[in-house]
Amino acid sequence: MDAIQQKVVQEKIDQLANKEVYVHLETTNGAYASHFDENAYNVGAFIRNAQVSYQHGKIVSTGGSYRVGLKLDLGWVYAEGLTDYEIDEKNRLLMAGHDREGRLMVALEISETPFSHEADPDE
Amino acid sequence: MSKERVVVIFPHPDDESFGASGTISKFRDEGVPVTYLCGTLGEMGRNMGNPVFANRETLSSFRKKELAEAAKQLDIDVEMLGYRDKTLEFEPRQQVAEHLKKRIESLGATIIITHYPGYAVHPDHDALGAAVIEAVENMAEENRPQVWMHAISNHSEQDLGKPEIITDVRPYWERKLAAIKAHLSQADGMMSLIEDHDQASEQLERLKTERFYTYNFQ
Repeated sequence: MDAIQQKVVQEKIDQLANKEVYVHLETTNGAYASHFDENAYNVGAFIRNAQVSYQHGKIVSTGGSYRVGLKLDLGWVYAEGLTDYEIDEKNRLLMAGHDREGRLMVALEISETPFSHEADPDE
Repeated sequence: MSKERVVVIFPHPDDESFGASGTISKFRDEGVPVTYLCGTLGEMGRNMGNPVFANRETLSSFRKKELAEAAKQLDIDVEMLGYRDKTLEFEPRQQVAEHLKKRIESLGATIIITHYPGYAVHPDHDALGAAVIEAVENMAEENRPQVWMHAISNHSEQDLGKPEIITDVRPYWERKLAAIKAHLSQADGMMSLIEDHDQASEQLERLKTERFYTYNFQ
């Protein structure tokens, strides 16, 4: 993944608007948060292969990281803290936010084909 | 030649290296065959390498390769069980237990190494450990392997007392470290997490002994 280029990501978000797309949305602070620090909380959520169609979407810079919001007919898809992106060989828009040690904290991915359990052997 | 046949059952690629690779090395030195039944691909892990080289969609491929490399270091067989990371506790336990029972029987396990359900911190650890207990409980008494359980939670000794099996794995430390380091996407994050923390020396020291409770089937 590379540091987010706002213009490139916005173009990709625009391309994928008003199509049936699959979304992977996730946030996590790890399963060990309260094991290593008993004052910490384990929180996380993910949804994989939510099938949606969004009217329009926008990426907003917060100076250092980005927020993305996608407007659905009946709701929203939202992620904050995104730092890196990749448009992979399957033409999927992968975005993630990593902490200083490179650990994933948040991910938002949009694809025209379902996300698989296991990557293809050549990925 | 020992008649033992060891089957290690954990949910993630790298659980075997952090939790049991010293013990595994000891068994291999004694000529005991060891198979790792790995529950998931660890594809939902948050460590992506440091610097980052994996993403959510490619992590499974890296972790599979890393596990193969660790298995080579430890000279063990690996079989994937095909579950999905973070979801084991939501699968019907009976179904997972039935699946495990078949694998345990066909491998002819005499010793199983798994997590101590309820004391293993990660929900996948607890769930797979519990399914292993159920699988072995469902076996005829005379065929039941011993079950060695790895407890991780901070209060496990307070609740459970001292584990029955305590192995100083310093003689196998190089191999253990090589196996851990084979998990390139994970090792750095886990090691720095351990090293950065107040509990640093305690956690690192913990890796040099491997401790297992044995399950007492009634």
